[in-house]
Amino acid sequence: MELTGAEIFVRCLQEEGVEYVFGYPGGAVLHIYDALYQQDEIQHILVRHEQAAVHAADGYARASGRPGVVLVTSGPGATNAVTGIATAYMDSSPLVVFTGQVPTHLIGNDAFQEVDSVGITRPCVKHNFLVKDVCDLAETIKKAFYIATTGRPGPVVVDIPKDVTSNRCTYHYPKEIRLRSYNPTTRGHTGQIKKAVDLILSAKRPMIYTGGGVILDDASEELVEFTRLLGYPITHTLMGLGAYPAEDPQFVGMLGMHGTYEANMAMHNCDVLIAIGARFDDRVTGNVEKFCPAAKIVHVDIDPASISKNVKVDIPIVGPVHDVLRQMLRILKKTDRRPDAEALAAWWEQIEEWRALDCLKYDRESPLIKPQYVIETLYRLTGGDAYITSDVGQHQMWTAQYFKFNKPRRWINSGGLGTMGFGLPAAMGVQMAFPEATVCCVTGEGSIQMNIQELSTCRQFGLPIKIINLNNRYLGMVRQWQEFFYEKRYAMSYMESLPDFVSLAQSYGHVGMRIEKPEDVEGALREALAMKDRLVFLDFITDQTENVYPMIPAGAGQNEMILV
Amino acid sequence: MRHIISLLLENEAGALSRVAGLFSARGYNIESLTVAPTEDPSLSRMTIVTHGTEEIIEQITKQLNKLIDVVKLTDMTEGPHIERELMMVKVRAEGHDREEHKRLCEIFRGRIIDVTDTTYVIELTGDSEKMDAFLDALGEKAILEVVRTGISGIARGKRAMHV
Repeated sequence: MELTGAEIFVRCLQEEGVEYVFGYPGGAVLHIYDALYQQDEIQHILVRHEQAAVHAADGYARASGRPGVVLVTSGPGATNAVTGIATAYMDSSPLVVFTGQVPTHLIGNDAFQEVDSVGITRPCVKHNFLVKDVCDLAETIKKAFYIATTGRPGPVVVDIPKDVTSNRCTYHYPKEIRLRSYNPTTRGHTGQIKKAVDLILSAKRPMIYTGGGVILDDASEELVEFTRLLGYPITHTLMGLGAYPAEDPQFVGMLGMHGTYEANMAMHNCDVLIAIGARFDDRVTGNVEKFCPAAKIVHVDIDPASISKNVKVDIPIVGPVHDVLRQMLRILKKTDRRPDAEALAAWWEQIEEWRALDCLKYDRESPLIKPQYVIETLYRLTGGDAYITSDVGQHQMWTAQYFKFNKPRRWINSGGLGTMGFGLPAAMGVQMAFPEATVCCVTGEGSIQMNIQELSTCRQFGLPIKIINLNNRYLGMVRQWQEFFYEKRYAMSYMESLPDFVSLAQSYGHVGMRIEKPEDVEGALREALAMKDRLVFLDFITDQTENVYPMIPAGAGQNEMILV
Repeated sequence: MRHIISLLLENEAGALSRVAGLFSARGYNIESLTVAPTEDPSLSRMTIVTHGTEEIIEQITKQLNKLIDVVKLTDMTEGPHIERELMMVKVRAEGHDREEHKRLCEIFRGRIIDVTDTTYVIELTGDSEKMDAFLDALGEKAILEVVRTGISGIARGKRAMHV
């Protein structure tokens, strides 16, 4: 039977088991919206801005591990989506983004709402397609899902001209797809793995450093077993938090620019570095010339291009993290060799000395609300059993430092691109994936205003998100850099004319609370968390001068931290 | 160091811009780039001449391999290979220069492929050094226009690049 392109589109998505499409209609996608309207397997979530649609799908993907799906119209629909696509690309999040396009005969004519979507998104997608013939549509959609979710995941854009959605073709959805030019590695090289285990067992001052790759590959279980078996210290990047339980003593905290003193000092002084699913980002390495000067480095990553990109490594292993870890575990369980217990004990003694510095201490007697206290209280009250999204800035770092992530996929933030405005729409996607879960968006008064319109979406779909607004009336991270590096010239970092967030939330039909005293923090959080079916906007008026410590200034080495 | 990277890529709209975009986005340099269809109509063959340290070349090849449209990649400079480019030069050809240019053309094994009473168009193939040497020998004053294809490369011996 022949179907229209729009009907084929819907059938393909059903075939992929898509639950939600996050999107916004417009001229070029009207046929598709009409087809979506006539079915009820797939639910469409109407956002208020296309950027939010992509972040929501991204949040859904990161929390659930399933690909996020977006549908936007041509022209401004597509350009508004670009920030979201770039965000997903930097953090390797599996998305399939459908953009409408003007009819094929008008392409290149500067038609109404025409933009070269494939050209604009090319540098920030894993791959993209322009479908010119309705008979290619089903196969292209199959390819898009396959590419987005395999290997190192990432966003794939499929641009569909309007006439393709009304033309007809026989529907056939391929069960499997093979691409001669795309064969992601499915197994780590056994020889390299043996060499790596040898080196790992010979370490006197070992360090395990893992990133988002462990989360993306659902390799947390293997990582925990591997780490416990060896008894080595472990640190995570911002993207890797939750892979290993943060409450466990072997975890020495996050590393990098705002990482803990013990994590960064242990990195700097280690003799064998085991990097797993991490990419040696500049926020982690600081000055690469001074990075881990004494270490031999093992690097496990699915993406060969991530290996030896920023830091030359000694033993590269290309492959899925879970497979490589399983192979390593198998060897470790068979061999009689054990880590050098004496050296390891001395190393732990040194690390405990660093840890004793308590680099995350802050003034608990302050009459002002300390942002760190809000996060600590949130952790205590939820028992860590919550999904936390964040925006970008100081509040993001405090959440990473003070909320102890004990499980993977619970910490959802824009690490690579650093996109303000990510938190609230991402939380919507998380809440859609887990309707019963506690989902909190930790944000600031700067970030939240970048996608505040989504309070309306939350109202429409009854999403009971808890918004923790750490309101310091400053673009805090900008202010902090200006204090440290620009002699306190606070150029444009002060937020004037802020809205009354409480009544703003109320006008959208939500609950708003303003909290101004430290003694009210716990009560307000308790009350908000108890409101299972309402979105609560908690506006915490926090200490304006608080900074994120410790800090490695840009360009410095890991051992050159600014402490409180 | 100079490297010649050969690619087989899907003969699809946009494949060229993916490669070109990668070089500009990551700040790699391209000395020349040639591309044309192969005997298999679904594939294009591209030759890129680039410069960089070993680390940069390693990144270039990894990043190129990561592109979905790239089917196969070889660094020609890793083994014995042949490189050629085609050049056409329009020269002023008046008075005794007419004979002089013709002789020079013979020495370099070029061909005169277009003649007017005041100009020649000379066709020459070879590696880049030969092209440069020919242009030097002609002298700046004689040259009206130069068009070069950029390098195409192929491995010597039995080694062949195909899918």
